Amino acid sequence: MVLVVGIATWAFKAAGPVLLGDRELPEPVARVAALLAPVLLSALVVTQTVGGDNELVLDARLAGVAAGAVAIAARAPLALVVVIAALATALTRLLVG
Amino acid sequence: MSSPPSSSETRYRDGLRAAIAVAATVWFFGASFGLLARAAGMGVLAPLVLSATTFAGSAQFAITSILGTGGGAAAAIVAAVLLNTRYAPISISVARLFHGPRLRRLVESQLIVDESWALASRGGGRFDRRLLLGAGLLLYVSWLSGTAVGVFAGDSLGDPKNLGLDGAFPALFLALLVPQLRAPQAALAAVVGGAIALVLIPVTPPGTPIVAASAACLLGLRGGKP
Repeated sequence: MVLVVGIATWAFKAAGPVLLGDRELPEPVARVAALLAPVLLSALVVTQTVGGDNELVLDARLAGVAAGAVAIAARAPLALVVVIAALATALTRLLVG
Repeated sequence: MSSPPSSSETRYRDGLRAAIAVAATVWFFGASFGLLARAAGMGVLAPLVLSATTFAGSAQFAITSILGTGGGAAAAIVAAVLLNTRYAPISISVARLFHGPRLRRLVESQLIVDESWALASRGGGRFDRRLLLGAGLLLYVSWLSGTAVGVFAGDSLGDPKNLGLDGAFPALFLALLVPQLRAPQAALAAVVGGAIALVLIPVTPPGTPIVAASAACLLGLRGGKP
């Protein structure tokens, strides 16, 4: 089992770099690929904030992301955003349970 | 000496500092993975090999939770592979950073993980190779060493959720997303992608929402500046 998952993950991670490498993509494909970062980041924000096992879960993570958003708006450095979000999540969990 | 650092150098340092904070977070999750894997009856070697080869937290946690609640190996494999399917579009987005022989590209590409990829993202489809590989290596070491500590001594560490660390990751991704939203098309694609993920979370297996969200990239076909 460990082997199957390991090999599949290797293949997914290697797909782009090994098959495409430093080849120039055709113009329309490059435009689509340029949107991968904002789209996947947005999907990661959503799934990691309210994602559960086949359900939406609203918990202390929401408070952490909200505090992080305030820090981002105040132009805090990345490391500080991460620490503030963790603190806000932990505090909310402590208070609300 | 006297010349001020360029903005890309400043961003690189900011990214590296963030990588250290994220690595500490990842270490705790590695430890809790090791502990849960041990509790789920995976022994000592399997969790370590899994962390060394798979190096993707969500899939590894899915495996322990399925095995720990009496699910079969087949279900665990399907869930983990589904969760990691997102690495196909993620690796395509950074393909241009990798040069040289295929074997070298294969090895280097294993340092792609959500956090290293996100930290290396510069907007407009550009990525910083040094940050991707540097942060990737740092995160790899902390994930694997965290797993080892969790497997052998996890009981004494506690749950990373008590430290609020599960709220740190989405905030990190948000911080890296925001600067990329200046271009209207990127902002629209991000909103559509996020909406697809949100709608699919309750109705599809974990992992699917992120992969399906990448369909929003097709907005790029309409032309205009990404």
